[in-house]
Amino acid sequence: MLKLGVPSKGRLMDKTFAWFGDRGVSLRKSGSDREYAGAVDGIDGVELVLLSAGEIPRELAAGRIHLGVTGSDLIREKLAAWETRVHTIAPMGFGGADLIIAVPQAWVDVETLDDLDAAAAAFRAAHGFRMRIATKYHRLVREFLRDNGVADYQLIDSQGATEGTVKNETAEAIADITSTGETLRANGLKILGDGLIHASQATLFRGRRDGWTDAQRVTLKELESLLGV
Amino acid sequence: MTRAVAAEAARLTALFEGQGARHVDADILLSAETLLDLYGEDIRGRAYLTTDPFGGEMVLRPDFTVPVVQMHMNSEADPARYTYAGRVFRKQENDPSRPREAMQVGFEVFDGSDPAGADATVFAAVADALAGFPVRAATGDIGILMAAVAGLKTSDTRKAALMRHLWRPRKFRALLDRFGGRVPAAPSRVALLSTADPLADAAPTIGLRSRDEVQTRIDALRADAATAPISGDEMALIDAILGLDDSCPHVLSNLRDIAVDLPAIDGAVSAFAARLDALSDKGVDVDALAFEGSYGRTSLEYYDGFVFGFYAAADHQMPPVATGGRYDALTARLGAGRAVPAVGGVVRPDLLVTLRGNV
Repeated sequence: MLKLGVPSKGRLMDKTFAWFGDRGVSLRKSGSDREYAGAVDGIDGVELVLLSAGEIPRELAAGRIHLGVTGSDLIREKLAAWETRVHTIAPMGFGGADLIIAVPQAWVDVETLDDLDAAAAAFRAAHGFRMRIATKYHRLVREFLRDNGVADYQLIDSQGATEGTVKNETAEAIADITSTGETLRANGLKILGDGLIHASQATLFRGRRDGWTDAQRVTLKELESLLGV
Repeated sequence: MTRAVAAEAARLTALFEGQGARHVDADILLSAETLLDLYGEDIRGRAYLTTDPFGGEMVLRPDFTVPVVQMHMNSEADPARYTYAGRVFRKQENDPSRPREAMQVGFEVFDGSDPAGADATVFAAVADALAGFPVRAATGDIGILMAAVAGLKTSDTRKAALMRHLWRPRKFRALLDRFGGRVPAAPSRVALLSTADPLADAAPTIGLRSRDEVQTRIDALRADAATAPISGDEMALIDAILGLDDSCPHVLSNLRDIAVDLPAIDGAVSAFAARLDALSDKGVDVDALAFEGSYGRTSLEYYDGFVFGFYAAADHQMPPVATGGRYDALTARLGAGRAVPAVGGVVRPDLLVTLRGNV
């Protein structure tokens, strides 16, 4: 059996089902609507596993599922050296969102990462602590800021309502996912001109094939040809 | 730890004790506060952090330098020499094949009376410990670059920005190019400064960074825009220093030429010359010793003077067998105003065992 992990609820699940359905592979929840069991029609040898999108990277890397649909941002955030641990089969063209750095609109002097770095140095000197950036994407943000020479900041963990942290004075800036920027603007924030960390979308990934059976390899080929990827 | 590594560590410890070093130990689990304060978030990618229910964030020691400096600053000893042996832990975020823990045997000298002599003592002790191993030495001196930056004919703001990014070569280069007029200002910057009062239509302030702080930075940006670019001649001198790559005596003669046009480095060049004399006195063949102007800039921001490393001559994949350098600024930051000039180095006994096996 080839185990395919798919987000277990919401629009991401619906759109994943539709994406596979358009390509002749029908995925559906079996049993009651509350039950996380799935069924696959249109191909033999594939088992549907419904999981939280955030757990799919880990399960893929551990080899407990063979294929998985999740955001490309989550793969990059949750798996160190992700390119060596999973393979991108196909970007799926939905679930698009940008991971960006945003600062208060009132900071008219800060439009670039260089500005942010200079403002962070001055902020630390004035306030006695490193400028706080609220995010749940710790690895991606840290690597991005390091590569771009931004220092004197600290990451504050924020698992939700991140756009509100500046107004609440628990952070000075944020790094978060946005699709339209509407929530950012409503909260008095703006995106830095060069502050795009990653343009994410739902993506079909495969884990490493070490230990796969011949049958699993054949099933993958068949699935890929059905999906046209 | 294998028996061979333990024996190698014991041999190194005895050698450093023979140099008058007192054997000290450090906790494996340290408060993360100091390291976060010194190196910021980057340390999270390089060390293992965890939380203690009462002590807050803790870190598995990524090296001994910080705890040994803290221990020294709390003691009254001066001058003092220390040696230590133990494991250090480094998180590997990109390459799982690199070791997460390794043995280090270190030698640290806290002595402000004769910096050149202390540099030479540490280098020679490490070199002696490696005698007979197939290694080559690399050296550098971050103090020369710092003196050159301090001596630039430009604003203190620009010098401070360059100094702040001295250990981030790419960012340092970008700043230098901007201050030298080699790259134009960002369009957003030009637009900002062409507005008479950029804050007039600004959105209401949210968060802790105040309107005054924004205004202060706008004023600083205006002053910077009115500052003449760093001259091409000075840019070329910085490039010449960064590009130095030769034996120590040749570098010394190059530096003396550079100092004619950049007298601010005179003191640092004299210190370099004094160090070469001290190294010679210790039996180091300085004529054969390599010097690189950019050496030591990508390590943690400890070192602000002499820096050195020893590398396996035949195995370019092997991490440095020994590294070290001078870290006066670190003692100043950890000493709450009280600075003690310090220089030290560490040797990796596990790598020496590997080298013995390869011989």
